[in-house]
Amino acid sequence: MEQLLILLIFLPLAGALVTAFTGNAAKYVALVSGLLSLAVGLIITAQFVPDASTQFEVNVPWIADLGIHFHAGIDGISLITILLTNVLIPIIILAAFKHEYPKPQSFFALILFMQAGLLIVFTALDAFLFYIGWEAALIPIYFICAIWGGKDRIKVNMKFFVYTIAGSLFMLLGIIYLYLQNPADNFEIQAFYQLNLDAEQQGWIFWAFFIAFAIKMPVFPFHTWQPDTYTEAPAAGTMLLSGIMLKMGVYGVIRWLLPIAPLGLNDWGSTVMVLSVIGVVYASLIAFTQRNAKRLVAYSSIAHVGIIAAGIFALNAQGMQGAIFQMLSHGINVVGLFFVLDIIFSRMKTNTIAELGGIAKTAPKLAIAFLIIVLGSVALPGTNGFVGEFLLLTGIYQYNIWAVVFAGLSVIFGAVYMFRMYQQIMLGETNTLTAGFRDIQGSEQLVLVIICVLVIALGVYPKPFLHLSEASVQQLLEQVNQKLTSVK
Amino acid sequence: MDNITQNLQGVPLNHYIWLSAIIFSIGVIGVLTRRNAIVIFMSVELMLNAVNLLLAAFSVHNNDPSGQVFVFFIMVLAAAEVAVGLSIIVMIYRNTQSTDINVLNRLKW
Amino acid sequence: MINLVWLVPLIPLLGFVINGLGRNTLSKSLIGFIGSGVIFISFLISVSIFLALGNDPVKSHEIFLFDWISAGTLQVPLSFLVDPLSSIMLLIITGIGFLIHIYSIGYMHDDAGFGKFFSYLNLFIFFMLLLVLGSNYLVMFIGWEGVGLCSYLLIGFWYTNSSYATAAKKAFVMNRIGDLGFLIAIFMIFTTFGSIEYAKVFPQVAELMPGDSTLALIALLLFIAACGKSAQIPLFTWLPDAMAGPTPVSALIHAATMVTAGIYMIARSHILFDLAPVVQHLIAIIGLATAVLGALVALTQTDIKKVLAYSTVSQLGYMFLGLGVGAYTGSFFHVITHAFFKALLFLCAGSVIHAMHHEQDMRHMGGLRKKLPVTFATMLIGTIAIAGLPPFSGFFSKDEILAHVYEHNQFMWGIAVFTAFLTAFYMFRMLFLTFYGTYRGTHHAEEKIHESPSSMTIPLIILAVLSAVGGIIGIPEVLGGHHWLAGWLSPVIPAHGSALSHVTEYMLMAVSVVGVIVAIAYAFVKYVKQSDLPVADQGKRSALANLSYHKFYIDEVYDLLVRRPLDALSRFFYKVVDTKIVDGIVNGLGWSTSEASKGIRLLQSGNIGFYIFMMVAGIISLLLYTYLSL
Repeated sequence: MEQLLILLIFLPLAGALVTAFTGNAAKYVALVSGLLSLAVGLIITAQFVPDASTQFEVNVPWIADLGIHFHAGIDGISLITILLTNVLIPIIILAAFKHEYPKPQSFFALILFMQAGLLIVFTALDAFLFYIGWEAALIPIYFICAIWGGKDRIKVNMKFFVYTIAGSLFMLLGIIYLYLQNPADNFEIQAFYQLNLDAEQQGWIFWAFFIAFAIKMPVFPFHTWQPDTYTEAPAAGTMLLSGIMLKMGVYGVIRWLLPIAPLGLNDWGSTVMVLSVIGVVYASLIAFTQRNAKRLVAYSSIAHVGIIAAGIFALNAQGMQGAIFQMLSHGINVVGLFFVLDIIFSRMKTNTIAELGGIAKTAPKLAIAFLIIVLGSVALPGTNGFVGEFLLLTGIYQYNIWAVVFAGLSVIFGAVYMFRMYQQIMLGETNTLTAGFRDIQGSEQLVLVIICVLVIALGVYPKPFLHLSEASVQQLLEQVNQKLTSVK
Repeated sequence: MDNITQNLQGVPLNHYIWLSAIIFSIGVIGVLTRRNAIVIFMSVELMLNAVNLLLAAFSVHNNDPSGQVFVFFIMVLAAAEVAVGLSIIVMIYRNTQSTDINVLNRLKW
Repeated sequence: MINLVWLVPLIPLLGFVINGLGRNTLSKSLIGFIGSGVIFISFLISVSIFLALGNDPVKSHEIFLFDWISAGTLQVPLSFLVDPLSSIMLLIITGIGFLIHIYSIGYMHDDAGFGKFFSYLNLFIFFMLLLVLGSNYLVMFIGWEGVGLCSYLLIGFWYTNSSYATAAKKAFVMNRIGDLGFLIAIFMIFTTFGSIEYAKVFPQVAELMPGDSTLALIALLLFIAACGKSAQIPLFTWLPDAMAGPTPVSALIHAATMVTAGIYMIARSHILFDLAPVVQHLIAIIGLATAVLGALVALTQTDIKKVLAYSTVSQLGYMFLGLGVGAYTGSFFHVITHAFFKALLFLCAGSVIHAMHHEQDMRHMGGLRKKLPVTFATMLIGTIAIAGLPPFSGFFSKDEILAHVYEHNQFMWGIAVFTAFLTAFYMFRMLFLTFYGTYRGTHHAEEKIHESPSSMTIPLIILAVLSAVGGIIGIPEVLGGHHWLAGWLSPVIPAHGSALSHVTEYMLMAVSVVGVIVAIAYAFVKYVKQSDLPVADQGKRSALANLSYHKFYIDEVYDLLVRRPLDALSRFFYKVVDTKIVDGIVNGLGWSTSEASKGIRLLQSGNIGFYIFMMVAGIISLLLYTYLSL
C-alpha cells in the first residue's frame, strides 16, 4: 500500500529528470508522466477508504539525529488536493502544447518538479518534510516565471519570491519553536497536535503560520504580489500559481494551523475573518474596473480565496467542506479562465479588454467554453463553483450573518465583473483586431472540453468528492473543538 | 629546582599581572595608532608576549606545567604567523611601494 | 405516472443537448421538430400527471432522485414535489412553452442562430420545470438561477449588438441582487429549521407565532429575491430592457413563465408570509406602486414591445398586490390568465414585427387591420382580456384580486382600480395605433407586409381561445361558479372565501367594468377619431408625459447612485488603496531595507585601523559588560 504513496511522490521527480534530457519531445514525455501520476492518483482514490484514518502511510527515518522522518500519508483532505494537483498538471501541460517555449525540456521538467513539491506538501505528516516541500514547490515556479515570463518579469518575480520566502520564514520559526517544545524531540504532526501550549504561545504560533499561509493564498492585505505575478507569469505559471499553489496555503491552514493552534484561532479568528471578508468585497470591487483581463481574474481569485478563508475560520462542517470542495472547483475554474485568456493572448497579443470584442462571432466554440467557465466561477447552480460557494456561505452564515452579507456581495459583484469582461471580450461586433480570430482546435479544444465537463459534472454530482473528505473534516473539527472546550 | 620555583613564587602575582597588562596595552595602542604594517606587527608580538608572560606566571604560581605548554604553542604559532605575515607585507610593499596600512582601503562597500 | 415526473424536465434537457450539439449540422426543420417535440412530450406527461393527481387522494408526492449536496447536518437531495400547485405550473410551462416553440419555428426561420435558439429555449424549459418541481429551496434555486441564465442568453441572443448584450448583463446582475436575498434566506431557513425541505420547514413554521422576527426576515429576503425575478420596484428596470431578445422569448420568459416565478415562490411559502404581516404589508405596497408605475410609463411608450413590457411590470405588480393582501389563489389565478393573454399579446406583437420586417415603432405602423386579419383578431381578444372585460379571462382574475384588496384596504383598492383603467387605456392605445388609422410607413415597406405563416397564427388562435375562456377555471361563487382553481389548490393553499357581501362584489365589478369601458372609449376617441399620434423623440411633450416617456429617469438615477459610485470606488481602491497604501507598505519595507543597508554599509570604510579600533572597543565593552553584570 505505501508503495503507492512513494510512487505518487517520486514519479513526478523521475518524470522531471527524464523530461530534462529529452529535448524537443519534452512535452510528450511530460504529458505521459502527468498522466501516469493521474493514474496513480486515481488508483489511490479507488483504494481509499473514506473514513477519517490516515492511509498509505510511509514513515522512514531521514535525519534521525534530529528526529526528522520522511513521514507522509493520505487522508480525505489530502486526497482532494492530490486529485486537484494530478488532474490539473496534465491539463496545464496540455495547455502549454501550442506554445513554442525556448528550452521546452527545462520548462516541462520544472512543472513536474513542482508537482513533486506540491504532493509532498499535501501528504507530509512531518513538519520538516512539509517545510521542505513548501519551499521545493516555490523554486520551480520562480524559474518558470523568471525565464518564460513577460517583460516585467524579473522585478515582479523578485517581489513574489521575497514576499513568499519572508512568509515561510515565520512558519519555519513556528516549526522550530514547536520542535523545541516537543518532549518527543521530533517533527511529527501528531506530536504537535498533542502539545499543551497556552493561549499566548498558540497566538504566536497562529500568526507565524497564518502569515505564511495568508501570503500564499493570498488573503487581504498580503495579496499585492499576486496580480502582478499572475499578469507577468507565462500562462502555465499563472495556472500553476492560481490553480494549485494557492491551495497550499488553504491546505496548510486546515492541516497545520487549526489543529495546532486552536486557541490562537479563538483569540484571533474574528480578526482573520474580518480580513477575509474585507478581501472579498475589496478585491471584487477592484476587479470592476480592471483593463487587463488577466489582472481582473487575478483579483477575482483573491475574492474567491477570501470566501474560502472565511469558510475555514467559521469552523463548522459546511464551511470546511465547502472550502475543500471549493479548492477543487476554484482550481479548475481559474485554470480554465487563464487558459482562455492565454488562447486569446497568443492570437491577439493583448489581454487588454477594451481592445477585444466580438470574438464569439468568429470563435463560437471558444465562446461556449468561456461562458461555461465564467458561469462556474460566478457560481451558477449546476456548476462546481456553486456547490463550494453555497457550502462556504452556509458555514459563514452560521458564524455571523453580517459576514455572509458582505461575503455574499461577491455573488452580485462576481456577476458584474465577470459578465462585463465576457461581454467586452466576446460579445458585440468584431473589430479590426479580432475579425481574424481563429476558433479553438486540437489540444486547446481538448483542454477546454475536459475543463467544461469537470465544471458541470462536479456541479451536478458533487457527492463522491464531498464524501471523500467528510470523515476527515468531521474528525478535525472534533479535535479542534475538543481542545477549545477543554480550555473553557 | 624547588628553590627556583619557590623564589619565583615569592614575587607577588599582582606584579606579573600589572606588567603584562602594561605590555599588552602598549601593544594594543601600538596596533591602534601606528600606520606602518611592520610596527603593527611588532605590537601584535608584544601583545602575544604579554600573554605568554602571564601564562608562565600563573603556571608557576599554581604549580601547573600545562600553562607553560601553552606558551610554547603560542611561540610556535607566533613564529609561523611572522613568516606568513611578513611575506604578505613584502608582497604589499612590492605592489604599493609602501607599508602604510591606510593605503589598503580597497576592501569596502 | 407521478413517479415518472423526472421525465418532464429531463426530456427538454435532452432536446437542449441534441439541438445544442447539432445546431450547425441538423436541418432547420429537424431542429424545430425536436425542439418543439420534446416540449410536447413533456406536456403530455404533465397532463397525465395532472390527471393522475386529480384521481389520487394523496395530493403531495415527493420523488427522490439522488443526494446532491451534503455536509454535516446539511442534506440537500435532488428531489421533486408533485402537488396541485406544481402540477398546474407544469401544464402552463409545457403547454404555453410548446405553443411558443411552434411559433418560433416560423418567427425565427430566417435567423442564422436557429439551432442555438431552440436549444436555449429547451434549456429554459428545463430550468423552469426544475424551479417549480423542486421539493426544497435549493432545487428551486437551481431553477431560479438557471432561468436567469437562459434569460441572459436569450436577451443577448443577437449578441453582436452591444446594447442587447448590455441588456442581457443588466438582467442577470439585477436578478443576482435578488438571488443573494434568496441565498441568505436559505441559510436562515436551514439554521432556524434544520432543513430546507418544504415538507420539514412548513410544519415547523406553522407552529411559530405571527410576527416572529426571524420569520419576518426570512420572508423579507425571499421577497427581495422575488423582486429581482419578478421585476418589482426597485429591481424592475431590467425587464423592459429585456425586450432586446427575440419576441418569442419575451412572450415565454418575460411574460408567461419566468417572471411569475417570484409569485410561485411566495405562494409556495405562503405559510411563512402569513406569519409575517409586516412583510405582507410591504409586498402589497410595493406591488401596488409597481403596478401604478408600470402603467404610467406604458401610457407614452412608442415601441410596441416596450408597452407590453411595462404592462407586464404593471400586471406583476397586481399579482404582488394580491399576494400582499393574502389573495394567494387570486394571484396565482392571475398568473395563469396573464400567461395566456400576455403570451398571446407578445406573440401578436411578434407577428406584427415579423410582418413589418423588424419595425417596432408604433409611429410607423397603423392600418394593419386588413393586412393582418388573424393577428388583429387575436390581439383584440388579448387586449380585451388584459383590460378586464367580462367574460374574458383577465376579468375574473383581476376582479378576484381587486375584491381582496377592497376587503383589505379601500384606499389601495381605489388606486388599483384606477390602474386597471390606465391599463385598458394604454392597451387599446397600442391596438389602435397599430391596427387602425392609415399606414404611416414608407410605401415600399407597405407592399411587403403579409400575414404570418400558419406555424405562427395557429398558436395565436389557440392562445386567443384560452385568453377568452381561461377565466372559466376561477368563476367566483357570486357569478354562479364554484371556483375550480381554489378547490384544486386547497391542499396547498387553504381557500378562504370572500367576506364581502354579494352586493358589494357586484358594485366593485360594475365600477371596474364601467371604468374600463370609459377608458377604452377615450382611447378610441383620441387615437382613432382624432388620430392623435405620439410625437417624435425630440418633439415637445408636457412635463408629465416627458417623465413617463423617459421612464421617470429611473435608469439614470440608478446609474448615478449605484454604478458610478461603485466604479469610482473601484478605481479608488485600485489606484490609491491597493497600489499606494497596501502595496506601498510592502514595497516600503523592501525600500527601507535597501535604504538602511545603503547607510550602514558606509561603516565598511576599508580603513584597517578603524576596524581594529572597533574590534578593541567591542572587546572592551564586552569585558565591561560581563564585569558589570557580575
